[in-house]
Amino acid sequence: MNSIIHLHNLRKVYRTGRVDVEALRGVNLEVPKGEFLSIVGPSGSGKSTLFHIVGGLTPPTGGEVFVAGENLGEIGDAGRTRLRRTHVSFVFQKFNLLPNITARDNIRTALFIAGLPLDSWSDEFKNVLELLGIAGRLDHKPSEMSGGEQQRVAIARALATHPEIILADEPTGNLDSKNSIAVLELLRDLNQRLGQTILMITHNPEAAMFGHRIVHMRDGEIVETSRGTPR
Amino acid sequence: MIQKLVWENVRFRPIRTLLSVLLIAVPVTLILTLIGLSRGFLDDSKRRSSGVGADVLFRPPGSSLMTFSGAPLPEKLIELLAKEPHVTQATGVVNQPIGGFDTITGIETASFNRMSGGFRFSEGGPLAQPDDILIDEYYAAQRKTRVGRKINVMNRDWNVVGIVEPGKLAHLFVDIHVLQNLTGSTAKLSQVYLKLDDPANTDAVVAALKQKFDSYPVYSMKELASFYSVDQIPLLKNFINVILGIGVVIGFAVVSLSMYMAVLQRTREIGILKSLGATKGFVMGLILAEAFALGLGGTIAGILLSFVTRWAMHVVAPASLPQAIVTTWWPIAGAVAMGAALLGALYPGMMAVRQDPIEALAYE
Repeated sequence: MNSIIHLHNLRKVYRTGRVDVEALRGVNLEVPKGEFLSIVGPSGSGKSTLFHIVGGLTPPTGGEVFVAGENLGEIGDAGRTRLRRTHVSFVFQKFNLLPNITARDNIRTALFIAGLPLDSWSDEFKNVLELLGIAGRLDHKPSEMSGGEQQRVAIARALATHPEIILADEPTGNLDSKNSIAVLELLRDLNQRLGQTILMITHNPEAAMFGHRIVHMRDGEIVETSRGTPR
Repeated sequence: MIQKLVWENVRFRPIRTLLSVLLIAVPVTLILTLIGLSRGFLDDSKRRSSGVGADVLFRPPGSSLMTFSGAPLPEKLIELLAKEPHVTQATGVVNQPIGGFDTITGIETASFNRMSGGFRFSEGGPLAQPDDILIDEYYAAQRKTRVGRKINVMNRDWNVVGIVEPGKLAHLFVDIHVLQNLTGSTAKLSQVYLKLDDPANTDAVVAALKQKFDSYPVYSMKELASFYSVDQIPLLKNFINVILGIGVVIGFAVVSLSMYMAVLQRTREIGILKSLGATKGFVMGLILAEAFALGLGGTIAGILLSFVTRWAMHVVAPASLPQAIVTTWWPIAGAVAMGAALLGALYPGMMAVRQDPIEALAYE
């Protein structure tokens, strides 16, 4: 198994009151290291559930899930926390920056939780900050930044801990078209430069085309796989 | 980094922080004020007792130092005690409670002055008429009165003829015979003070008097001073323990509510931290560190407020409510506040730890 993400017959059932809702119905997926994968589908198709399971935010109900060599069906809550700390980073639609602290401290918080040095940033990471265009904005709080800037800080925070996998959930959902394209180009560029595996959920077919591959989901299953048009 | 997160959290919601700190400060101030009043009252009593200039105190059988037992001692005891070996002077006084912690004291001016060295008058002069009263500066400030005015004590109007420096036995002095008549204890005394030829003979004289008057409490003034402590006052220690308990409960409730609100307000932030891989210990540590900061702030504010209460007591009732600043109790009051704060943060902390990261991230 050479894939960094391996899903076999993945199932997830949520209990809502007395009703069981089957969010994933036997998903099979292999994601090789370094791939930029887009996942598309309508609301309720199961793409967010897939994202949460791969990111270790919730356990699977059944099937096999291996992420960065970890069997998520067996490692428990502490293991999934470790996975989030060391192998996976998130970029969310709503940016999810800590609002009380500056962009720099948001990045430092991620480094602190990961147990990495807080301030000795590598030249490579400094270059990423330049590329993201936020090197001069690090001492501002999220409320003092535009949506595009906040999303770029969120991307920087996700990259700071050098995770093998970046999970991006509708990263352009709250951005205008200009900023959306800028963020998508950045993700594609970072994927090519740093070789990180990226899983991106999106509703937007044009955004999905930035990935190497596009997985289409419906009713908790993968119904189609197509190729994107990465540069 | 934890300190930074905690500091920014408490800074980000200043009103909540301020209210929490002030509410935590309440029990701290309560404890320090109560202890300060107890200590102040006892220190004041000790200082005034030693101001008499006596070496030995002779009291009625079955009497307690902190209760006023009327005047059951026969006046002729003065003459009898004055003849004891090494006793050079004896003076008797009558104490009569007049409400609260205040008493009025009847003295025989000549013998009292001989023993104590006499009053130092800041205004007016000595007792001359039956309706005359001397008051000390604290009592004059408390009653906002001065020489030439009348004050009503024990349903009787007295002429203030002198204001004296504080520190000699009492705050109010009248002629002993007048007070004896007023209280129906003619030729009776509350206690007798003895001065010796040499203070080195005190223990021997006390021992001899105890042997001769076996049912009468006899104290050296040094021994008496040691009795003026919280431990010696019946039920005071219990009362203080009750106040400490109330302090813990208030601190616990305040911090619990404050941190509960904080955890609810920061549900999304806790979700973010969890998505970054923060462990349960990290999240709990953050909540406890914030509670610690609030508890520390509350302790400091409570200590500062105890200076305010001392100032207020001094303005309102300098004679009746002398409040000391007891620095040795700062760590105890602080420990109560911090302990309560940390206890109060435990449940909200558990709530935060148990939060599902997906639900937390979806929280609006």
